[in-house]
Amino acid sequence: MKPEVDIDNLIDELAINLRRMIEAEELLNPALVGIKTGGVWVAERLRTLLRIEEPLGELNIAFYRDDFSRVGIHPTVEPSHLPFEVDNRDLVLVDDILYTGRTVRAAMNELFDYGRPRAVKLVVLFDRGGRELPIQADLVGAHLKLGIREHAKLTGPDHLALELHRTRG
Amino acid sequence: MRAGNLQLDSQGRLKHFLGIEGLSRELLAEILDNAERFAPVGDRAVKKVPLLRGKTVANLFFEPSTRTRTTFDLAAKRLSADVLNLNIEASSAKKGESLTDTLRNLEAMQCDMFVVRHQTSGAAEFIARQVAPHISVINGGDGRHEHPTQAMLDVFTIRRLKQRFTHLKVAIVGDVAHSRVARSEIHALRILGVPDIRVVGPKTLIPPRIEDMGVSVHHTLEEGIAGADVVIMLRLQQERMQSALLPSAHEYFREYGLTAARLKRAAKDAIVMHPGPINRGVEIDSAVADGVQSVILQQVTYGIAVRMAVMSMVMATQSLTFGNGQGSTDVD
Repeated sequence: MKPEVDIDNLIDELAINLRRMIEAEELLNPALVGIKTGGVWVAERLRTLLRIEEPLGELNIAFYRDDFSRVGIHPTVEPSHLPFEVDNRDLVLVDDILYTGRTVRAAMNELFDYGRPRAVKLVVLFDRGGRELPIQADLVGAHLKLGIREHAKLTGPDHLALELHRTRG
Repeated sequence: MRAGNLQLDSQGRLKHFLGIEGLSRELLAEILDNAERFAPVGDRAVKKVPLLRGKTVANLFFEPSTRTRTTFDLAAKRLSADVLNLNIEASSAKKGESLTDTLRNLEAMQCDMFVVRHQTSGAAEFIARQVAPHISVINGGDGRHEHPTQAMLDVFTIRRLKQRFTHLKVAIVGDVAHSRVARSEIHALRILGVPDIRVVGPKTLIPPRIEDMGVSVHHTLEEGIAGADVVIMLRLQQERMQSALLPSAHEYFREYGLTAARLKRAAKDAIVMHPGPINRGVEIDSAVADGVQSVILQQVTYGIAVRMAVMSMVMATQSLTFGNGQGSTDVD
C-alpha cells in the first residue's frame, strides 16, 4: 500500500528548515552524512537543494549494528565513505526513517571512529515513533502514526516513494 | 582429503575455513566482497569495528610464522575480538601435553575461534573435527596441503588490480611441489575462472601429474611467464637446497630468478606477487621486488581485510546457529 505523501515537497520543506537551522546554530561548512541506503538518497537531495559544496558522506553501519549475534553480517556491498576530515567538523546525519534509534546509535559510534566532530545534528524524513533508545531528531520531515506491526520503507533512488506494509502476528 | 563439507553448515554458510578445494565461486566471491568492505577500516583514524566484540580468538601456531600470525592477530583486533597468541612448539607440546588436551583447555577458556598453523597436512581439519561445535577453525597453513587465506588475499589483490579473472594468464613460479600456497592458489584461480594457469620450475620442484589440477607446466622461466598478466613467485625454502633437489641458490637464481630483464617477457602491465618472506637474489631480484610492478606489500595490507572477512563470516555462521535470537530484527 502506498500512502499519499509528496516526498519531493517534504524534502523541499526539510531543506528550508535545514538552512534555517544551519544559520540559527551557526554551523560552519556543515557536511551531510547519509545513512545507507535511504538516508543517502535524502541527503543527496538536501545537498543539491542547499548547494552544499562539501562532498556527501555515506555511512554503512553494518559493522556497528547491535544484532550481529542475531542476524550475522548484513549483505550490503558498499562500504562507508567519508571524503572529508571529521575532526572538529559540523556534521548533519541524515536518515530516511527514524524508528527504534538503534541505527542512529550505530551511526554515531561509527562517526566517532573517523574523528571527533564538533557537533552532530540529526535530520530524518520520517519519524515513525517506537523509540527504544533516548535519541531524537533535530529536524523531522513528517511524523507517521504506525502500529507496531506496520512497517515503512523508502524506495528509490530515482523516484522516492514511501511504502507501507503490515506483518501478521 | 576433501574438507568441502566440514567447512560449511547445513545452509552452505562458511563455518570453518580449512581449504579452497571444493568451495563454490559464489562463496569465494562473497569472501572477496566482504574483504572489500573491510579494506577501508585500515585507513581510518580508529582502525577498528565492533563486530566481534566479546569473541576470543586463539592463534595456535605449531610452526613459526611472522606475517600470517601478525596479520591474523591484527585482523582479529580490528574486529574488536580478544586474541591469544600461542606458540605451541615453545609451550605445552614440549611438556608432553597432547594436542587434544591443549584444545580442551582452550575450550575451557571459552575461545570462539582457532587459527591453526601446523607442519602436518590435514592438521586444521583434524582440529575442526575435535573441537566443540560452537568453535570455528581457520587454517593458517597446514603442511603441503593448503593455505587458504593466503590464496584469498592473492586473488583479492589480483581482482583489485586486474578487475576480472576470466581473461587472465597467471604464472606461479618456483617450488610448487612443497608449496601449500601454490595448491590453494591454483584451486582459487580455477574456481574463479582464470583460463590460463601455469606452473613454472625445475622438474624436481614440480609435482607429478599437476596438470590434473588444470594447469600447464613450464620448465623455463622465459616460456612460463611469456605474456602473463600476473607472476606469482614462491619462496624457495632453504632446506630444498640442502636436500638434493637443487644445486645452489646461485644456480637457481640464474635459471629461475625473476629479474627486470626477464619480467619484460610478461605482459607490459603485469603485476609481480610473492607470499613472503622473500629471498632477495634467490627467487627474485631486489630491483623487481621493490619495482613498480611489485604488489608484494599491497598483498600484506589486503591480507588483513581478507582475514577480517573470513573471521567475521565464520563467526556470523556460529551466531546464526547458536545465537540468542531468531530471524531478522526490524530495521529503522
